Amino acid sequence: MKEEIKPEEIVSEYKYGFSDAEKAVTKFDKGLSEKVVRDISELKNEPKWMTDLRVKAYHHFLKRPMPNWGNNEMLNGIDFDSIIYFLKSSGKTEKDWDEVPEEIKNTFDRLGIPEAEQKWLGGVTAQYESEAVYHSIREDLESQGVIFLDMDSGLKEHEELVKKYFCSVVPYTDNKFAALNTAVWSGGSFIYVPKGVHVEMPVQAYFRINAKNMGQFERTLIIADEGSSINYVEGCTAPTYSTESLHSAVVELIAHKDAKIRYSTVQNWSNNVYNLVTKRGVAHENSTIEWIDGNIGSKLTMKYPAVVLKGKGSHAEIISVAYASEGMHQDAGSKIHHLASNTTSNILSKSISKNGGRSSYRGLVQVSKMADNCKSNVICDALLLDEDSQSDTYPTMEVSNPTFDIQHEASVAKVSEDQLFYLMSRGHSEQEAMGMVVNGFFEPFTRELPMEYAVELNRLLEIEMEGSIG
Amino acid sequence: MNEEKGNLLEISNLHVSVDDTPIIQGLDLVVKFGEIHAIMGRNGSGKSTLANVLMGHPAYEITKGEIYFFGKNLSELSVDERAKAGMFLSFQYPMTIPGVQVGNFLRKSVSAVSGNKISAKEFRTDLKEKMTQLQIDRAFLSRYVNDGFSGGEKKRMEILQMLMLNPKLAILDETDSGLDIDALRLVSEGINLATKNAGCILITHYQRLLDLVKPDIVHIMIDGRIVKTGGADLAIDVENKGYDWLEV
Repeated sequence: MKEEIKPEEIVSEYKYGFSDAEKAVTKFDKGLSEKVVRDISELKNEPKWMTDLRVKAYHHFLKRPMPNWGNNEMLNGIDFDSIIYFLKSSGKTEKDWDEVPEEIKNTFDRLGIPEAEQKWLGGVTAQYESEAVYHSIREDLESQGVIFLDMDSGLKEHEELVKKYFCSVVPYTDNKFAALNTAVWSGGSFIYVPKGVHVEMPVQAYFRINAKNMGQFERTLIIADEGSSINYVEGCTAPTYSTESLHSAVVELIAHKDAKIRYSTVQNWSNNVYNLVTKRGVAHENSTIEWIDGNIGSKLTMKYPAVVLKGKGSHAEIISVAYASEGMHQDAGSKIHHLASNTTSNILSKSISKNGGRSSYRGLVQVSKMADNCKSNVICDALLLDEDSQSDTYPTMEVSNPTFDIQHEASVAKVSEDQLFYLMSRGHSEQEAMGMVVNGFFEPFTRELPMEYAVELNRLLEIEMEGSIG
Repeated sequence: MNEEKGNLLEISNLHVSVDDTPIIQGLDLVVKFGEIHAIMGRNGSGKSTLANVLMGHPAYEITKGEIYFFGKNLSELSVDERAKAGMFLSFQYPMTIPGVQVGNFLRKSVSAVSGNKISAKEFRTDLKEKMTQLQIDRAFLSRYVNDGFSGGEKKRMEILQMLMLNPKLAILDETDSGLDIDALRLVSEGINLATKNAGCILITHYQRLLDLVKPDIVHIMIDGRIVKTGGADLAIDVENKGYDWLEV
């Protein structure tokens, strides 16, 4: 990027590790029970069908075993009884930053959210613990019928739409954490883009965990009606505590005929957060779904953005990066289901492992019998910065149609002494040289991000390279 | 500048090993401002080792002897500090840096080496002039550093960097190999331009480069030592007679 980094801006600590004094309006005791689930629903004054769905999901969660992939040792370290499942820090969702409680507002100021909103966003939602504290959308989008709400308000104001699509892409029976999310979900975004409307400026959601032992379970549902398009961006951070937090979101996307949804994430959770997220989209005829997925932080991430190519000629694009440092495991990847003919998919996955960190790519490409002339292109590149770090690749193909055309490439590389020597001979310090190689490696990802995110990510990686030498 | 009267580079009794194998075994060399030194010799005689050890490649170990650059002991300077002090190495095999665009890379390198930020406009004007001289297309700037470059493009990229970084000592490690005659002419013009006010060490196998870049002094290296030093004629002798007559 063109942005220069000043030495005084380099701090070796996790930049977002600050925390505020916890001031809860409503805070549940630690632990999960049917009563907790019912209480959350009652507090939100939800319709009965949602309460029932939550309770069913809760019972499924109890009997559903832990996933047997990813990192069992870390997964089994989650103490579900020590987690706070609901914490509300503000009385209501404000439309004006000045109305947001001072401490919370300070947090988002430090994260640069209000500034970003003024400069380049079409809408913002800021979630703090369990619920949105701030929400806004540009008037021109609202007047075109675009709905952009936090999920709780979405359910209140557009119950029929929510009822139709909620759990339609990710049923609560999908996996243990999707069941947990369905039982205790709170916050997240609800977006509906009417036919033919193009939302040009990205809309952004920012998720912040502040309290210790917090569980954040946002639920996002985006529906792009025929011929419409939307670009949604989310960011995530949390303070660094010695105890662990759990972030377990579910995201469902529906792209109707000829629609396009791009969903970009840069998660930079502190290294005490379990990030176990289910993201899936359904693409109807000639539509496109793109996941741009960056995993820079967390203790353990297990996340495999998926696209179900249901309509003829639909297209999926998944570009993901993972960065794993000491004590971190990024188990990330992608899933594509080619269910209809002439569907295409591109997957590009890049990972960097450093200081004993571990990155895994876990991918599935599935082609149904009925789907003729489908194409998929999968590229997985891993970069290891030292001998102690680890990278693994688990690609799976389930192809039931002989006309399928697949390209698959995988590579594992190390930063060579000669590369660093070359860059240093042009006046760059060893750390700057390492930063250049790493930023260059992620470039196919960063160029897809909005400029501000790309700059931030590059800066973050340069900071991460400090102390990686020698 | 009074520094121009002194020695730019002074190497005395240099011994260098790679993986405990001695490569350079007692080499002396003095380069003054404005001098072009050509170093010739068979493959394996230690020419590239000399280039790499001067720039500070970590795989090369100085076991004995000293190198002074501008009166400073080179062993006290890291690779980037050497670059900032005015040393430049044109690599025999330039490295590929995927994802890093040539334009950004040059800009960052120029400000790293010069130590102050030049304006975007100043940089662009300078770059445009140098690229025209080397007949490099603008499209070059958005390509990734050396990624998918032909041999000739890589060498021109090295010369472009040299012109932009404006070194006091340019070390060119077989920059002429693999170039066709047109590219060789462009590269030679670049070298002549860059070394007008600087010192230069040209490592080469071929007289054809020395026809275009006139050396002041020619050295012949055999088994890690300089066995003969002479004028431009010495290179022609080697071209005609080979190296056997120089062996002890």
